[in-house]
Amino acid sequence: MRRRIVIIVLIFICFILQCSVLPAVAIGGISPNLLVILTVSFALMRGRREGMFVGFMCGFLADLFFGSALGFQTLVYMYMGYLCGSCYRLFYDDDIKMPILLIAASDLAYGIIFYIFEFLLRGRVQFTFYLGRIILPEVVYTIVLTIVCYRLLMWINHRLERAEQRSVNSFV
Amino acid sequence: MKKKLNDSMKSKYILIILTVFCFAMILLSFTTDMGKGPLKYIAGYVITPIQNGVNTVGNWIAEKGAYFQSSQDLVTENRDLQAKVDSLTAENSQLQQEKEELDRLRRLYELDEQYDYEKVGARIIANETGNWFSTFTIDKGSDDGFKVDMNVIADSGLVGIITEVGPKWSTVRSIIDDNSNVSGQISTTLDTCVIAGDLRLIDEGKVNLVKLTDADGKVNVGDKVVTSNVSEKFLPGILIGYVSELSLDSNKLTSSGYITPAVDFKHLQEVLVITELKQDAPESVSNSNKQKEPVDDPLASQTETDGTEAESGTEARTENQTENQTEAGPTEGGEQ
Repeated sequence: MRRRIVIIVLIFICFILQCSVLPAVAIGGISPNLLVILTVSFALMRGRREGMFVGFMCGFLADLFFGSALGFQTLVYMYMGYLCGSCYRLFYDDDIKMPILLIAASDLAYGIIFYIFEFLLRGRVQFTFYLGRIILPEVVYTIVLTIVCYRLLMWINHRLERAEQRSVNSFV
Repeated sequence: MKKKLNDSMKSKYILIILTVFCFAMILLSFTTDMGKGPLKYIAGYVITPIQNGVNTVGNWIAEKGAYFQSSQDLVTENRDLQAKVDSLTAENSQLQQEKEELDRLRRLYELDEQYDYEKVGARIIANETGNWFSTFTIDKGSDDGFKVDMNVIADSGLVGIITEVGPKWSTVRSIIDDNSNVSGQISTTLDTCVIAGDLRLIDEGKVNLVKLTDADGKVNVGDKVVTSNVSEKFLPGILIGYVSELSLDSNKLTSSGYITPAVDFKHLQEVLVITELKQDAPESVSNSNKQKEPVDDPLASQTETDGTEAESGTEARTENQTENQTEAGPTEGGEQ
């Protein structure tokens, strides 16, 4: 229960930061994608189901406020969480290379999918421009932000896990 | 082992259910308008106040930071500004004269009221989450009388149009957004054109200008582009920008090029919303026409005005239909 509340609050905080603070620190008009970081991190730390839920929530909020069709970004973020959650077993907590790699891959995939459905289908075919101007810079910036954020998210997760452990122990 | 297998199956089922849900929502929001109505209201009540708060804190920090700017900077800035003030004063007095002339001319043509829109100021509190579109949220909504399709301007020109409204927030799509299409006209020659936003041009600070019907080649670089009379959603005569490049299309009938928008979209903080809808505007114009009608024969004039009014009504409706194709909203994907 406590975990759910903490995660929901985290999602809200990330969403608010994403649309009010991050544009202020944007470099060249590109801001990093905090929602991808959150989704992939929790998928890696907690597995498929939780990654899926976090992704669902993040995408849903993004869709509600700025999406053109409710459900599109929800779908993308949800699958992102689910697929990254499959790497749960391969992952050791204190190794930061794996999350960086996965977050970069996820952000890249997100960018390409977004381009295909929102731009290519409207006849904007110049893929290299969008790749170089929007997608790759966003990936790089997101990686930089990951290095800062990931430890924090990991710490929160550890605290939650320890609290759960304690309550289970006291219960038995 | 069995438990683990069950667990994984269970999350697979949930994934499938949620996927179906998402597809249903996508379909729903494409086919009907109601997709995100009530949910968005709830979310807006929760999120918007927080966004407002974060913004206040951010502004406060920015203000405090500004105090620590070194005095050197301020001195040089002051000198520059003084020079600017001088030149602007000179320019201003000249403009003042021109404005007086303009006022006289307007009074002459009694067009004064057409440009006198009611405006309400609002602050930008959130930007779109990704890097793809140029939409933003402002801190006022239907409580302040805002409605969908109201025009948003900043001090010097057109910013965009309200696409969604909640009680205390509204979403604005700016004219540089990739989905935006505005029908405009060149202020000197009154040739109509379409101003289409394009993500590729945002860095250069330009917006596409297409379908300009300029057969005589009278339009020059530097001409003003304003919103046109035939637009369904945009009030006429609002400055959009200046023509910066122009070339004849391969069909030799229309031209296209770029304009430089009058608004600095990178540093936008406050905007003005015109609380008057274009759909309502023709009504008031026809009313004022009616008053100006000579009343020699009251009965004859009565029937006459009725006729013109009905005519203008049908005209407006056909305009609406054509306009819908050019100014399609984000869901329809504004490209043609």
